[in-house]
Amino acid sequence: MSLLDSALGAGSILLNQKATDWESAVRLAGSALESSGRTTAAYTDAMVQTIHDLGAYVVIAPGLAMPHARPSEAVLETGMSLVTLAEPVVFGHAKNDPVSVVFSLAALDHDKHLELLSEFAARFGQENFVNTLLTCSTEGEIRALLS
Amino acid sequence: MKIVAVCGAGIGTSVLLKMNAEKVLRTLGLTATVEATDIDTARNSRDAQILLATPEIVDKLRGLPSEVIAIEQVFDLAEITEKLSKAML
Repeated sequence: MSLLDSALGAGSILLNQKATDWESAVRLAGSALESSGRTTAAYTDAMVQTIHDLGAYVVIAPGLAMPHARPSEAVLETGMSLVTLAEPVVFGHAKNDPVSVVFSLAALDHDKHLELLSEFAARFGQENFVNTLLTCSTEGEIRALLS
Repeated sequence: MKIVAVCGAGIGTSVLLKMNAEKVLRTLGLTATVEATDIDTARNSRDAQILLATPEIVDKLRGLPSEVIAIEQVFDLAEITEKLSKAML
């Protein structure tokens, strides 16, 4: 099992979702972190607030957003959630809009998730990985792709 | 040489930037310490020669004694290579 696979707890993967705007997309990803037991609702609010404060810098590659907030009491366990959108939404990023894949991250501290992010970077550093991911129609396909 | 990658929270984008910067430095055969941190810590520590951040964050790093490099695409090793080698060589 890869670190990415175990970071995505039960209930953390939501496919083909409808979101009206970036905030509802981030809130979907936050609710998936909550329902998989990794964070409390306060973390979802913090991810949304970070984007209000600092802009769309969490859109780290074309079509891909990685919302996150600082480690805090709202993080129960390091983890990620994955939401794919039926219709892409605009985050307000100069180059990487619109976003179809929202991969949120919650970290307990500044160190324990580094290997996890290293795996994440290895996958998403591949050309067209976002599109490959969007061709998956089941959670099983997603987990196989990330393993 | 100390390079610090900066993002809002210091756990996500900055860590990805740090990893890719380290990869680039290895390829270029350059030695530098690379850390990842949040905006507030970067503003207070002021000990880096180079700060790396995405364009949205660069504005928040004005007035520091470091060279600030904007990286548009965190996963674009060619862009990081070009900008880091221009700053370091």
